Amino acid sequence: MSISFLIIAVLIVGSTAAAMGLRNPIHCVLTLSITFGGIAALFLQLGAEFVGLTQIMVYVGAVAILAVFAIMMTQSRRGLMLGTFSRNALVGLLTAVAVFSVLGWAVLSQPVAGVTAAVSPVSVQQIGSSLMHEYVLPLELIGLLLTAALIGAIVIAMERKEDTE
Amino acid sequence: MTQTPDQVFVILKHWLLGYVPTSVHAIASAVLSILPLMVVFPLLFAITTLLERKGLGRIQNRLGPNRTGPMGLWQPLADGIKSLTKEDIVPFTADHIVHFLAPVLLVVAAFLAYAVLPVGRNMALVNLNAGVLFFFAVGSVVELAVFMAGWSSRSKYSMLGAMRAIAQMISYEVPLVLASVVVIMQAGSLSTVDIVERQATYTGIFPHWYVFTPWGFLGFILFMIAATAESNRSPFDLPEGESEIIAGYYIEYSGFKFALFFLGEYLGMFATSGIAITLFLGGWSAPLSVLTFIPSWAWFFLKLLTLICMFIWVRGTLPRLRMDQLMNFAWEFILPMALFNMVIAGLWRFMNPGAVRWFVCAFLILVPMFVLSALLKRKKKLQLRTYSFAE
Amino acid sequence: MTGLQAYLLLSSLLFAIGLAGALTRRNAILVLIGIELMLNAANINFIAFWHYGPATTYITGVMFAIFSISVAAAEAAVGLAIIVAAYRHSHTIDLDSMNSLKG
Repeated sequence: MSISFLIIAVLIVGSTAAAMGLRNPIHCVLTLSITFGGIAALFLQLGAEFVGLTQIMVYVGAVAILAVFAIMMTQSRRGLMLGTFSRNALVGLLTAVAVFSVLGWAVLSQPVAGVTAAVSPVSVQQIGSSLMHEYVLPLELIGLLLTAALIGAIVIAMERKEDTE
Repeated sequence: MTQTPDQVFVILKHWLLGYVPTSVHAIASAVLSILPLMVVFPLLFAITTLLERKGLGRIQNRLGPNRTGPMGLWQPLADGIKSLTKEDIVPFTADHIVHFLAPVLLVVAAFLAYAVLPVGRNMALVNLNAGVLFFFAVGSVVELAVFMAGWSSRSKYSMLGAMRAIAQMISYEVPLVLASVVVIMQAGSLSTVDIVERQATYTGIFPHWYVFTPWGFLGFILFMIAATAESNRSPFDLPEGESEIIAGYYIEYSGFKFALFFLGEYLGMFATSGIAITLFLGGWSAPLSVLTFIPSWAWFFLKLLTLICMFIWVRGTLPRLRMDQLMNFAWEFILPMALFNMVIAGLWRFMNPGAVRWFVCAFLILVPMFVLSALLKRKKKLQLRTYSFAE
Repeated sequence: MTGLQAYLLLSSLLFAIGLAGALTRRNAILVLIGIELMLNAANINFIAFWHYGPATTYITGVMFAIFSISVAAAEAAVGLAIIVAAYRHSHTIDLDSMNSLKG
């Protein structure tokens, strides 16, 4: 556990809590992008350069922007801000606390040391060649999925000319 | 012997590092590498603003700035002092924190992009294994900064400008990345340093720049079009079109923050030009093998200045596009061509080297280009401009 | 606490916060974001286990994280599209008032 890990961890937890607790949805998304950046920093620290940079590109560059657009497009006509938390928020919060305590207990009770061998960062060439050999089927499937998602998202969100109200 | 002027900055850095105690060696090395970049590129920004105003003036048949100093040379300095001493106005309803953070994030992201640019032999700040990816990842952060600026100002004009800017940047980011994929396919590496090394070899006196191949040429053109759109420059300057939405997303900024936006925009333009040079124009390598006695960094900045002049020329020449023309152009012409270019680059890799390969690939690029543009012209998606002048 | 455990603890905390957000927020978009956070927490686990695993030459963890990021991107696109469509239908994205199946 290094100082940099502690700093990043505090940043991630703080910004995530803000993202899930703030009132204004735009603020939520902006703090969320800090979380995404922090997670990318964690990946870089662990030697997974490619994944960290992909994380920034996909989440900060695409998902956060998409969420912001969606918020802009769905601003309610009756009053901007709806209630922040749902009626049965307490149940949800208790569930989350219970999940965290179970997970934390599981992590801490098992002394998984892990092997701290000399870590060689994974190179892009390595990722590329295994994508083309062992993981070629998942790669094709992901391509199919992304195409389907692209078309599906357009079809779902497209405004129909004759809206059957 | 000829290596000395080429490596003068590297040698200088090592000489300076000799005077630093070893305990702070790592930090001193980083500072000595970063500081020149933080000085040179803003300086280039100052020069470019003058060059742009002078050049645009010349294109538009006027003189441009000529009052401050000899031939208006002190104009950037005067502009800088003016923006520093102006009042910093924050709108009453603005979201103060986000309003403050937006220009900072923009400039930081713009500076970060320089980390992977090899401005000379052995002169890249870091040689990341995934350097090109780093560049695009940092570039995508700019979109968020633009949104923050536009949204936090609570002004309709800035919001509209930000929405236009983001829509445009997302649409053109896809062809930007796809156009550079061909180079990565050929070089077999994402590291910017490696990509330049691959191009810095010569057959006879001619270099192996990727722009001299059919797919590289098409890729370069597509890349530069997308880069113009990405840096919100004319003819793609809808997000800040003065006659439509005044100044776009940074309309509510004044004083130094406005200057930061200006700086960030120009730094972004230099960075994308720099990556275009790295990917297609051979980075720091000389255009002819007999010219290698000129230092590598000089070549890089010469190429950069050439591209900047090209940007200024384009800005002075082409009128602004309409929003629907902009989107149609991106999705129906540039994107298919970039995808097709990837197929050609793959074909190039598996054909025997020689003139036949060159002509086959060039032919295969030209045919779909003409077919596509004729098709789009018939569907009235892309049209030649018609001008109607006032009597 | 070992290094691996620190990462696992961080990711489970992130997972729990995401879950709490997904269960308690009323804004449908933020619920979706909570789910994205849970996916991200899982990604931290993959990378941490890869890093502390027997040999870093087995890059299964990294590959899984890459695929998971792609799936999450697809999920976000479709999810947000559904929310926009739902908003167009019922003029709200308040999950508490979206309580009727009838159109």
